[in-house]
Amino acid sequence: MLATVRDLFRYNPEVRIGAMLLGLVAGMAALSLASPYAPLDTFVVAPDLPPSLAHPFGTTSRGQDVFWQLTFAIRNTLTFGIVVAVLSRLLSLAIGLLAGYKGGWVDRVLMAINDTFIAIPLFPILVLFYFVLRAAMSWAALALIMALLGWAYDARLIRALALSLKSREFTYTGVFSGMTTRELLLREHLPYVMPIVFATTMNNMNWSIGLEVTLSVLGFTDINSPTVGGMIYWANQHTALVAGVWWWIAFPVILVVALFIGLFLLAVSMNEHIDPRSRLRRMGAEGGA
Amino acid sequence: MAALLELDGVCKTFGGLLRRRRVAAVRDVSLSLSADSAEVLTLLGQSGSGKTTLARMILGLETPTAGSLRLAGEDIAALRRGAGRRRLLGLVQPIFQNPFEAFNPLRRVEHYLLLTARRFGGAGDDRAAQRATEASLRQVGLSLGEVAHRYPHELSGGQLQRLAIARALLAKPKLIVADEPVSMVDASLRMAIVNLFKALRGELGISILYITHDLATAYLVSDRVMIMRDGEVVESGSARQVLTHPQHAYSRQLKDAVLVPRFGVGDGDGEREPRPQP
Amino acid sequence: MTATPATDRYRSEARQPVLRVDDLKAYYRSRHFGMVREVKAVDGVSFEVRHNEIYGIAGESSSGKSTLLKAVAAAMRPPLQVVGGTVRLRFLPGAKSLYEASSAELDQLRWRQLSYIMQGSMSALNPVRRVRRSFADFGARHLGGAGAAFEAKVIAHLALVRLEPGVLDAYPHELSGGMRQRVTIALATLCRPELVIADEPTTALDVVVQKDVLDMIREVQRQVGSSLLLVTHDLGVHAYLSDRLAIMYGGRLVEEAPTETLFRRPQHPYTRHLIASLPRIGEEAPKATLAGGPPNLADPPPGCRFHPRCPLAFARCRDETPAMTSVGLQHRVACFAVAAGA
Repeated sequence: MLATVRDLFRYNPEVRIGAMLLGLVAGMAALSLASPYAPLDTFVVAPDLPPSLAHPFGTTSRGQDVFWQLTFAIRNTLTFGIVVAVLSRLLSLAIGLLAGYKGGWVDRVLMAINDTFIAIPLFPILVLFYFVLRAAMSWAALALIMALLGWAYDARLIRALALSLKSREFTYTGVFSGMTTRELLLREHLPYVMPIVFATTMNNMNWSIGLEVTLSVLGFTDINSPTVGGMIYWANQHTALVAGVWWWIAFPVILVVALFIGLFLLAVSMNEHIDPRSRLRRMGAEGGA
Repeated sequence: MAALLELDGVCKTFGGLLRRRRVAAVRDVSLSLSADSAEVLTLLGQSGSGKTTLARMILGLETPTAGSLRLAGEDIAALRRGAGRRRLLGLVQPIFQNPFEAFNPLRRVEHYLLLTARRFGGAGDDRAAQRATEASLRQVGLSLGEVAHRYPHELSGGQLQRLAIARALLAKPKLIVADEPVSMVDASLRMAIVNLFKALRGELGISILYITHDLATAYLVSDRVMIMRDGEVVESGSARQVLTHPQHAYSRQLKDAVLVPRFGVGDGDGEREPRPQP
Repeated sequence: MTATPATDRYRSEARQPVLRVDDLKAYYRSRHFGMVREVKAVDGVSFEVRHNEIYGIAGESSSGKSTLLKAVAAAMRPPLQVVGGTVRLRFLPGAKSLYEASSAELDQLRWRQLSYIMQGSMSALNPVRRVRRSFADFGARHLGGAGAAFEAKVIAHLALVRLEPGVLDAYPHELSGGMRQRVTIALATLCRPELVIADEPTTALDVVVQKDVLDMIREVQRQVGSSLLLVTHDLGVHAYLSDRLAIMYGGRLVEEAPTETLFRRPQHPYTRHLIASLPRIGEEAPKATLAGGPPNLADPPPGCRFHPRCPLAFARCRDETPAMTSVGLQHRVACFAVAAGA
């Protein structure tokens, strides 16, 4: 396992760049623990200062240091993305594998539910939730809602794979060896499904963070816990660009773009590596005679 | 005592209802295998003859559309679910056509054998499973050193097929359903597997339902033969009888289609003769 | 053509071989994460195919025969590379090696001088187009026109493979496997090529259909006069069709002889085992077994590739590679034990 990670680093530039970008973002998030200012305090430093040695990313119109604000913001955004990704992966795996393997009425019921969720228009629903929940709309609630909305598409992908795996002969060997359904799905089929799960995780994170930023920019979230979107929201409220306080918007945007690109690069390059077919090729299973 | 396997008027139709055309894969097939003495019964037919569908029904992977299918006296429907499933797996085990697909390419091969030994072979713990696996491997002519800790792609088709047989044996079945077990195995390794099936019947008393399209192999391995075409049985009887003196027109057609070289075949010491004009 | 195969063959001794392969080596070389893997699929193969002959190559899995075909048909793509040896075709201008020819020259060759019959007949025919269209595309590409004259020629040729003109209007999936294969044979022989390469032409077919198609191939070969390089693992097919036969093992040829000689007096231990393993109806004798498995071409045994499984192996077999030596009329064997004892 470690050998493969080391190999990836050595031979795949995409992995190096992606890992570097993510490392940067994660590093920023970790720095939040060292912040001299509490995240919600305002007017702790002089407002509207351009980037300088004392304040590397400048300060906001609300008297906050952009750099340290960003550490909290990116930490929250990152955590949010991870939570949504994990929850929705679990859901799509469970539903996709079960529907694909069991078939019959189980499959039909699950897929009917699935298709309903795919058809739901996300943005209006999220806005609706915001208006209904108002004050109770913390980012935890948002994470939960987005996890529940984000599993459907990938569940179908996983189900397709499960269907093809079901008809492969080693599945029958497993059945006739006495494996239970649970064992089969988890131990025999899961390795084949993991590449999709991994690729969709990155995708999913990009999607959830993108939506969260959008919602925050529009003011549709909890403005109390700082997020990247929240920072941009406040910057807009104070017409930062017009006032010339470009650093308030630029740095959050740069950082979140770095996060997106890093995730994307990692997903694309690791996928090729985890894919069972390329694993088999490396082990020497293929290559004709 | 109830017969080991009894089919009476079994039919299987696919499709129909709202969608596709109805395809009658198996039409009114009846056969029976005695529980008292082991035998090798061969289903001989070309593709589309229904032999694979019939095998799948006997393995409990499909349900008959009509007719009755009984294994050791119990109806197959009862054996497909729940506790019946366990009884089914202890009675009948499959060997599939493609030895390279029979094992998960990402896992080591002994994994399935150890599992079967634990679940069906009566092995109480891992050590017992290990011992049972080794014994089973010896029975099929493999040594543990040859196959332990290997991945499927590291072994030949012949070795993999033997492994599959070793695994099936660990469940102590009364019946083995072998679907074209040697068609994807190299010719030089094929005979060993065919002889192994004969030994299973002779020494271990396991009945074999052997499915193939190759008449020559059928001749070597079978006690009885049933020739199938388009889902029906056109001729059945003792292997020797049916394959050397076929009665039905289709059986004769099959026999005539077997490629016979224009010359005699020797082992290195034959005499030179002028080649007959083709 | 009214000459019988026998007299034609005598005449052909004076002519150049249609295909000549000299010490061909083709390996798969791949780099994956810094590991270099070299699979020696074809490792020093020499043979020739003469005018108007059916030359068979028999081999099992891991023998390298599929790679050999790709190399001879100039259908190679990385990671497969030719690392040594030459392939010469009689009809290639300048009699140069196949790999020195430009792609323009190769295009000229294909289907006109050199054509293929493949195993999966569906892959040669476009599944969403009627058969007529496949022929038309073919004509337009290789014969410069697809008009009425061409269609008449096609129909005449279809009669040769005993297919009705109505076949042209069908989609491939509407035809049976045997009929599709016959269409493929028709396509391959339409231009009366000098060399037709057939890769497992009847493996996917039912026994009854197989015999029909084989008879057809023989018939067409006789009428059109093309040479046929027939590659299949099925010795029964070779016994039925091939004039001369070579056995391939571990990327090399181990024995080559006229088919009847090979079947009646096989010399190489591997060949003898193969011949002895052929099941025949009416015979009872249990067959001999051969231990082990086919060699791993990425890490082949040293010396003779067969020595780990050979009942006659001795020290020299591991240290040196046996070359093909003549042991009779047109009969070559690569084996130290045979060369010594015979």
